[in-house]
Formats: sequence, structure tokens, C-alpha cells
Amino acid sequence: MQFATVIGTLVASQKYTGLEGVKMLVVQPLDRDRHPVGEPVIAADATAQAGPGELVFIVASREAALALPEPFVPVDHAVVGIVDEVELEARS
Amino acid sequence: MYIGQVAGTVVATIKHHMFAGHKLLLVERLDLDGSVLPRYDIAVDSVQAGVGDRVLVLDEGNSARQVLKVEPWGPVRAVIVGVIDEVDLPHDKSSFSEKSGLSVARGAA
Repeated sequence: MQFATVIGTLVASQKYTGLEGVKMLVVQPLDRDRHPVGEPVIAADATAQAGPGELVFIVASREAALALPEPFVPVDHAVVGIVDEVELEARS
Repeated sequence: MYIGQVAGTVVATIKHHMFAGHKLLLVERLDLDGSVLPRYDIAVDSVQAGVGDRVLVLDEGNSARQVLKVEPWGPVRAVIVGVIDEVDLPHDKSSFSEKSGLSVARGAA
């Protein structure tokens, strides 16, 4: 799992069966110091509570769909937690 | 699996229910010289690892779910499954870096 910031939301009225009611978010992946890295991706919101501006963590690949109520859906990134606190060792 | 170094902790109140009661640690990937690579994972701890430890990290979903006993479902992939004491590379003659803090024995055989 990696950090990401929620930068937007995505609405699709026609979706694959099983994705009804699943909120889609536009997220920017971050490095360990929470600086943007790579291109934004669309992630399903498995917490159902994340919104723009929040620091979250995302899971990629097959495990993303396993976070959702219906695990046999075409999803490759999911928001699985909203970060309250990060405590990191200073870089040596 | 890869060798990582625990850089810190991540706390989240709102999270997938599978993570309830599990400690989340941020691990950075290391190369065999102990240098920190620009890749990291927020991983579930299964061995009471602490900040600064060099650890063995599993990054595969099916095994992770088996380790954490959350089969068949659960959005988990990275799990810390060991605290490393020693890495032995008997056929590598290059000098190893002290900065890994690991006992890395090279060229011993």
C-alpha cells in the first residue's frame, strides 16, 4: 500500500455490474515523504468516506477489488484507509 | 519477498475492517548493500517489528491473506514476515556496505 492524496471524484452512470454504489476517486500517488510521484490514477473508495484533500493509502492490483463488497469487479486501485498520523524516522 | 527497513508507523482510524487490530508500518526497500531504494510499502506487521529494524517483506496477496488468516478476501498484499539477523552472499566478492547495519557476509565461501 502507498500514500495518495485525493484530488477529485469521478462519476460514471454506466458501470460494470457490481460497481453500483462504489465511489470513484481521482488520487495522486505519493512517495514516503508525501510528495507526488507518477501519474494520478482512479481508485475505488473502499472506505466510502474519503474526499478531496485527504491523505489516504491505496492498494493496487488484484487486492484492490478484494476491498470492495463485490470482489469480482474490474478495479485495480482502491482507497483502503484514511491516514490520521504518520511518524517517520528522519532520513540518515 | 524483499529486504526492507522499517521507517515509521502509519495510523488510520477509518480503514478497511480487515486492518482492525493490525499494526501498519512504512517499510522502505533496501538493496543488498543496504542502500535505501525509492520504493516503499505500507505493510501489515506480523512479527512485532519496530522502527529501524531490517525486515523480510512479503508482497503477494494470497500468501498475505494466509499469513493474516483473512482468507478468502481482504485487500492486503504487503506483510512483514521476519526480522532479519543476517544475510550471507558467499559468492559475492564485492565489499559490502556498513550502512545496512545488517551482518552481510560476502565472499565467505
